[in-house]
Amino acid sequence: METLLQSPGQARPTINDKLTKEDKIRLLRDMYRIRRFEQTSLKYYNLGRMGGFLHLYSGQEAVAVGTVSLLGPDDHLITAYRDHGHAIAVGMTMPECMAELFGKATGCSKGKGGSMHLFAPDKRYWGGHGIVGGQTPLGAGIAYALKYKRIPGCCLCYLGDGAINQGVFHESLNLASLFSLPVVYIIEDNGYSMGTSLKRSSAYKTCLAERAEAYNMAWDVFLGEDLYEVRERTNVAIERARKECQPTLLEIQTYRYYGHSVADANAKKYRTAEEIEEYKNNHDPLQLFGKRLLEEEVLTEAQIGEIDRASKEEANAAVKFAEESPFPKEGDITADVYWEVDNQTEAGKQGTYFFNT
Amino acid sequence: MPLITYREALRTALDEEILRDENVVVIGEEVAQYNGAYKVTEGLWATHGDRRLVDTPISESAFVGMGIGASMLGLRPVIELMFWSFAYVAFDQIVNNAGCVRYMSGGLINVPIVIRGPANGGTNVGATHSHTPENLLANMPGLKVVVPATAYDAKGLLKTSIRDNDPVMFMENTLLYGEKWEVPDSEYLIPLGLADVKRTGDHVSLIAHGRAVLTCLKAAELLEAEHDISVEVVDLRSIRPLDEEAILNSVRKTHRAVVVEENKPFCGVGAQITSLIQEKAFDDLDAPIARVSAIDAPAIYSPPIEKRQLPDPQRVIEKVLNLA
Repeated sequence: METLLQSPGQARPTINDKLTKEDKIRLLRDMYRIRRFEQTSLKYYNLGRMGGFLHLYSGQEAVAVGTVSLLGPDDHLITAYRDHGHAIAVGMTMPECMAELFGKATGCSKGKGGSMHLFAPDKRYWGGHGIVGGQTPLGAGIAYALKYKRIPGCCLCYLGDGAINQGVFHESLNLASLFSLPVVYIIEDNGYSMGTSLKRSSAYKTCLAERAEAYNMAWDVFLGEDLYEVRERTNVAIERARKECQPTLLEIQTYRYYGHSVADANAKKYRTAEEIEEYKNNHDPLQLFGKRLLEEEVLTEAQIGEIDRASKEEANAAVKFAEESPFPKEGDITADVYWEVDNQTEAGKQGTYFFNT
Repeated sequence: MPLITYREALRTALDEEILRDENVVVIGEEVAQYNGAYKVTEGLWATHGDRRLVDTPISESAFVGMGIGASMLGLRPVIELMFWSFAYVAFDQIVNNAGCVRYMSGGLINVPIVIRGPANGGTNVGATHSHTPENLLANMPGLKVVVPATAYDAKGLLKTSIRDNDPVMFMENTLLYGEKWEVPDSEYLIPLGLADVKRTGDHVSLIAHGRAVLTCLKAAELLEAEHDISVEVVDLRSIRPLDEEAILNSVRKTHRAVVVEENKPFCGVGAQITSLIQEKAFDDLDAPIARVSAIDAPAIYSPPIEKRQLPDPQRVIEKVLNLA
């Protein structure tokens, strides 16, 4: 793919014209925060401080940060299991996310969800879902509720390129189009569904988003390395959802530096080191946006270095918080299962809910 | 008290809850313009319109998931499955999303959805359309499972389920839709997790849910008339939460228990009840606990033979007479 470094693309008016200097710095900082959060989490994963899987987002940061930056108070989002980037982009704090990875009671889900299941409904972030494609009808449902309540918002529903062959995704596209739901499906196409490349997993003509044609749905496909481009193209879809109450299928082509998860034993076998290096050198979203802000004289190299250092420190502080936090207690295992029980309502006190012997 | 059908009782519950709460919306295949595949929703679309009664394509995974997503934002969707057997194509949505989202979010989210429809055999539609998944779904902490046996219970339990703030799997029975019971006009609610002693007796407890309760009541009449055995019938009504006290109280009184269900025996609801009784009321028992279930095979099509696959009063009577 061609790098966007040579194409400034700033001649015509765009949504990005509205960005203040502070906005731009915040966008870059959030990408660094995600990168450093994940690199730090990887270090501690390898030290055995957390269990399960760790699906890293490194390389894809401009997608989450760019798209989330367009959302207003009536807009929502939901994603799959590669969810750290979106969590930080919506404003979840590093300590609550890191503590969740460490399985601690201070984690955003009290240590009950783990890496794949980060949630912040107060920030209209509905997870963090572990089953490939399983979140796609939920995204339609969130949009359905907005429309039902006559709220002029939208729901961004992210999925990976590996999810597009799940039946429920196609069913969701059909419902979204049939019911005119204000949902924007965003395929974060990083080229690999676990260890299987796009070409080996998906039948398509020119791109994946083209499948929307079959559902009479608007679609677009573009590179996800340039944050301005992500914002501009996604904004069209968001406006379509908010103003026309119509869905869109976006395919944002991106790349992940690490394996499917850290536990991906074949991470270095199904693609070449050169391929990864090529992306890091020519398409890295942090480098590209940093370069842009240097050109625009928004930041100096030293200031970017400072953002990076601060992000690293913030991630280390989050680790300290996580390490010093307590694990959930055994008695916590059966809390947060039923709303009525947790809230000790009459319904929650009637009959037996748990069958431990 | 007026006599109304199980079907009308469900419809009245839906009608009342649609009127009471603007967030209640009925979603499913043929629920609106077609008036419901089994006519449970008949007339509701004409009364309440497109916003409250929503026809969907045949796409259970998507519309169940859509209902779950909408419930996270505070709607109270009542999702109709034409058959509970069709839930199997939406299993991921029900189990992982409805059942686990609250837990995995550390209690930040709740899913006030009702998924309802018939779950029964006995109608000669073959194995694919005759599943009774109450045991499967009750095995999933986070879900609630309700199985009403009468029109009175169907109405009161459905209204409660719609108002409940957790996901409720509500299992009806096509063989009961046309049966009539006395149901008051005035509003009432029946709590989940509260069993109902449908007949009192002294010599043996029949513990059942769904249509098996009616089978037990017929068996009880015959046992009393022909064998002078006084039979108590405990209707669980809800499987999870479960009214353990009602079961134990009955067994402590009669000292004998037969657990009856139209579910299959292996890991069925009856297995859980049996385990409960032996654990908490072992010393009260004068005989081993007996079970009556559907004969353990996929539902057979052949009409006269399928009748034999499900528990009937005769099988219940034989079990009772064989108790020590």
